Amino acid sequence: MFEFSSRLKTISYVLILIGAISVGFSFLSGGGHDESHEGDHATMHDDHADHASHDEHSDHGESHDAHAAHSAHGHDHDAMPDTDDFTYHKAASRAIPENNHFYSSPSHHDAEHMHHQIENKPWSNLLVSSFWALALGLGALFFMAVQYAAQVGWSVVVLRILEAMSGFIWIPGLIILIIIITGWFHIGGNHVYHWMAEGIMEEGSANYDSIIAGKQAYLNGPFFTLRAIIYLVGWVGAAYMIRKMSLRYNQPGVDYSKNWIKMRNFGAGFLVFFAVTSSTSAWDWVMSIDTHWFSTLFGWYVFATMFVSALTALMMIVLYLKGKGYLEEVNDSHIQDIAKFMFAFSIFWTYLWFSQFMLIWYSNIPEEVTYYMARFGEYKGIFFTMVALNFLFPVLVLMSRDAKRNRGFVFTAGIVILFGHWLDIFIMIMPGSVGSNWSLGLVQIGTLLGFVGLFINVVFRNLSKAPLMPENHPMLVESKHFHQ
Amino acid sequence: MSSTNQTIINALYDDDDVLLSGVKEVRGKGLEIQEVYSPFPIHGLDKAMGLKETRIAIAAFLYGVLGLTTAISMTYGMMIVDWPMNIGGKPSFSWGENMPAFVPIMFELTVFFAAHLMVWTFFFRNRIYPGAKAQNPDPRTTDDKFLMEVVAGGDHSDEDIMALLKDTGAIEVSVNTAEHD
Repeated sequence: MFEFSSRLKTISYVLILIGAISVGFSFLSGGGHDESHEGDHATMHDDHADHASHDEHSDHGESHDAHAAHSAHGHDHDAMPDTDDFTYHKAASRAIPENNHFYSSPSHHDAEHMHHQIENKPWSNLLVSSFWALALGLGALFFMAVQYAAQVGWSVVVLRILEAMSGFIWIPGLIILIIIITGWFHIGGNHVYHWMAEGIMEEGSANYDSIIAGKQAYLNGPFFTLRAIIYLVGWVGAAYMIRKMSLRYNQPGVDYSKNWIKMRNFGAGFLVFFAVTSSTSAWDWVMSIDTHWFSTLFGWYVFATMFVSALTALMMIVLYLKGKGYLEEVNDSHIQDIAKFMFAFSIFWTYLWFSQFMLIWYSNIPEEVTYYMARFGEYKGIFFTMVALNFLFPVLVLMSRDAKRNRGFVFTAGIVILFGHWLDIFIMIMPGSVGSNWSLGLVQIGTLLGFVGLFINVVFRNLSKAPLMPENHPMLVESKHFHQ
Repeated sequence: MSSTNQTIINALYDDDDVLLSGVKEVRGKGLEIQEVYSPFPIHGLDKAMGLKETRIAIAAFLYGVLGLTTAISMTYGMMIVDWPMNIGGKPSFSWGENMPAFVPIMFELTVFFAAHLMVWTFFFRNRIYPGAKAQNPDPRTTDDKFLMEVVAGGDHSDEDIMALLKDTGAIEVSVNTAEHD
C-alpha cells in the first residue's frame, strides 16, 4: 500500500493555496489590469455616454465610434501586425455577409470588446488551467480504457496510477461547468464564449451576427450546458466503474477472468463514447471561443495535447513512486515504453498541429486565416516557444534509448512537456477571449500551480486508498516479466 | 570472426524456449556461442547470447539528418533559385517564408533516407546481397528448427560439450565439418 507522505501533502496544500490566492486576486482585481487600463475604461465609458440608450452588455454595434475614439487616444492595441493584409482579406472575401463581427471588427479590439476582454481575464485564466488539468485526468482515462479494450499485458503494473489519475476528472470538470453556466447567465463579467453575448443571434439587435446566428442550433446555452453535463457524467462515471471493477482483483472469491472480459467490453464501449465526446468537448469548450472560426481536426489536435500530457504525468508519477521505493514491479523496460509514448505522441501532436496550420496557411482563406493572424501577432513569442517545447525539445531529448531509461532526464523532460502543453492550451483560449489584453505572469503561473497541487493531492490520495497492484489481474504476471 | 581451424559443434532444437535456456546454460559453462539460426526472431536471445548493442540507431539518425539536408537543398534549389515559384498566392520567393509548404517534403525525405539507408546498411553489415552464399548450416532452420553453433575447445572435450548440449534438450548434436570464414 502506498502512503501519501506528509511532506508531499504539505507541498500540495501550499500549491493549492498559491492557486487559490492567484485566482482570488485575478477576480478581485477585475482581470488584473493596471492603472493605465483604468484610464482606458474611463475613456471608453465616456464614449458610451454618447450612445446612452444602450446598456453596457449589448452595444457591440456602437463599437466603431468607440474604436475610433479609442484609437485617437493613442492606444493602438491592434493585434494584427499587418493591417494591409487585413484590409486585403476583408475586401477579398465575398463569402462573408456584412452584418457580422468579422466585418465590423475583425480584430475584436473596439472598446466594448476591450472591456469584455479585460473582464474575461480571470475566467479564461481559470479555463486554461482547468482544461489542462482535465486533460491529465481524461487522457489517463482514455489510455486506461485502451489497455483494457486491447487486453494489454505490459501495462498492468501502472493501471492503478491511471485509475488514480482518472479519479481527478470531476474537479476541473466541475470548474469548467461553473465557467459555462456563469457565461450563459452573464455572471461576473464572463464573456469567454463570445456567442453567449445577448442579442447576438437575434436579427435586428445591435449585436446581431449572422454567422454566429447560423450556429444557434448547436451553440445555445441549454444544449451547451446539457452536453457538458453529459460529457462529465460519462467520463466520471466511466472512471468510477473501471475503478470499481479493477478493485475486484484484490478481493477474494471473484471470477477474475470473467471480470477481465467485462472490463474489456466496458473499455471498448467507453472508447466509442470518448471518440465522440473528446471531439465535441474540444469544439464546445475551446473552439467555440473563436466562434467564427472552425477546424475539422480541432478535436484530434486537442486530444493529442490531452494524451501526451496524461502520459507525461503518468511517467512522472511512476518515477516519483519508484524513487520512494514503491512499484518494484516496474522495470526499465516499462519506463522506456512510457517514455516512448511521450516521444511518439509529442510527434503525433506536432503532426496534427502542423496539419491544421499548414492547410490554413496555404489556402489563405480570410475566415480561416484570422485565427493564425491573431496568434502570429500579439502571441508570437508564446506561439513559437510552445512549438519548440512541444516538438523540438522532446524529439531531440527523448530520441535515444539511453535517454528514455535515464530517470532524471525523463522527469525533467516531463516538466518541460507539461508546461509546453499548458502554453498550447493558453494559446488556444487566450487570443479569442482576451485578445491583446493577455498577460502571462504570477497570476497565471500561480493558477497553474494551484491545479498541480490539486492534482497531486487528489491523485496520491486515490493511490493510497488501494494496493498499487491489481493482485489477481490475469495479465499481471506477463506485465511483471515485461522486458525488451 | 573465428579462424578456420576451430571445431564447431551444431546443436539442433525444435523449440525456441528450450533453445533460449540452452543458450544460457552453455554460456554459463564458459563456452562461446558462435551463432544461432532461427526461422524467426526470438525475444531476449540477443541478451542471452551477450551480443553487443546495435549501433544502427546512430546510423539512422545520421541518415535522417542527411535526408533533411537533401530536402532543404532540393526545395531551395528547385523552388526558389532555379524556378522561383509563387506558393499559395504568396510570391515571397524566400525559402524561410515558404517553409511550411516544404515541411512534408522535409519529413518524407528524412524518413525515406533513414529507412532505406538503414536497410542497405543492415544488408551490407550482414553480407546479404544477390548471389551471396547461404551461411545457414542446416536448411531446416528456415522452417521449424533452431540451430546453435558452439565453439569447441577450452577445458571441455568435444564429447563433454555434445553431452551437455544433449542435456539442454537438443534433438540432434553433430560436429560441424564445414569450413567457416
